[in-house]
Amino acid sequence: MLAKRIIPCLDVKNGVVVKGVQFKNHQIMGDILKYALYYRDAGADELVFYDITASSDGRIVDKQWISKVAQILDIPFSVAGGIRSINDARVILNAGADKISINSPALENPQLINDLTREFGSQCVVIGIDSHEDNGDYYVYQYTGDIKKTRATARRTEDWVIEVQNLGAGEIVLNCMNQDGVKNGYDIQQLAKIRKLVHIPLIASGGAGMNSHFNAVFKNTNVDGALAASVFHNNAIQIGELKKYLRSENIEVRI
Amino acid sequence: MITIIDSGGANIASIQFAFERLGVSAELSDDADTIKKSSHIILPGVGSAGSAMKRLKDLSLIEVIRSLTQPVLGICLGMQLLFDFSEEDNIECLGLISGKVLKISSNDKKLIVPHMGWNSLNITDCKWIMKNVPHLSYAYFIHSYAAPVGKSTSVMTCYGENFSAAVRQNNFYGTQFHPERSSVIGSLILKNFLEL
Repeated sequence: MLAKRIIPCLDVKNGVVVKGVQFKNHQIMGDILKYALYYRDAGADELVFYDITASSDGRIVDKQWISKVAQILDIPFSVAGGIRSINDARVILNAGADKISINSPALENPQLINDLTREFGSQCVVIGIDSHEDNGDYYVYQYTGDIKKTRATARRTEDWVIEVQNLGAGEIVLNCMNQDGVKNGYDIQQLAKIRKLVHIPLIASGGAGMNSHFNAVFKNTNVDGALAASVFHNNAIQIGELKKYLRSENIEVRI
Repeated sequence: MITIIDSGGANIASIQFAFERLGVSAELSDDADTIKKSSHIILPGVGSAGSAMKRLKDLSLIEVIRSLTQPVLGICLGMQLLFDFSEEDNIECLGLISGKVLKISSNDKKLIVPHMGWNSLNITDCKWIMKNVPHLSYAYFIHSYAAPVGKSTSVMTCYGENFSAAVRQNNFYGTQFHPERSSVIGSLILKNFLEL
């Protein structure tokens, strides 16, 4: 059976891993390669490296570390941050990343999704979506890497997920911003709603605080994986323990 | 000498790195003589069957690959290319293994596609590249097309229904999963391949 994926997300800023609580007041956490090895050994199924400064600064992530990560890792990883063209994507994929993840540039130019999937295949193209609940509806937010630049868009999340699927995206990471960093659990209601709208893999993001939150999101929504950052970085949750617990709850995980 | 056929896919670096981790170097080449002289050959592939076959045709490599007698390992799309035909782009492939590669989920519209993530290996032939690989080990898959189970199937994986996760026909081997991204199990499979 296909296992549910546990995915640590390493937010990278200026070449080091940082963490964020509701994307404010980033704290320096440490070296990228050290984290990559740590999570490989801990049993992570996949890693996401997200350069949170890239989109808002109008530059693309530095590639050197991507190659180094690809050399040492024997699990898949994706890279996000400021990918605006086929060439940007090619450089990152050629450096050894398995997937690229796009967020703000896809909102600026949705056709980019289609161009990327035609060039590299749907499998390589992940769309990250920052979704915020406003007055009972979900809206897509843009430039969330920088609190000063973060803004709501006119797009409803429910419309955007269908559009990105139609444009050929291979996977969606849905970051539920109201839950992000507050550790009260994943936004089950929103994830369940979105899951029903699309038939490409969907990854839950935002809100993980304890093991039972993972159990709840897998039991109550048919998401394919769950992403988290700070709870893994500060050892509040150990991936090995988490997976043992999930297996005892009859959730299929790779151990 | 190990050669990775430069089929134009974007994930070739990760295959090269996987061999480096095993302490061997693998050369990337689209040159027929280099490929023919190699002891082991990898046929990678990311992208579509149509564009990959076109590239092999443009490089005049189709007959070269068909005539190889040393161990050849097709990975992901590279494995699919070993078959007669792919429903992706409706294209004739290398014809080294009989059968057609089909789109996942044609019978189950609710199935999430691509099949992406770690799935278990039901090993039916535990020799060759699968030597010492524990039954029901997990490997990393990422694909939207798959080959049905057939005579050449050596590993089955279930997603909606059973499909060929690994195949063997004479000196031609294939894995639908990515050994270069399948942790220690993947390394063992690549090591087994090098020992053929």
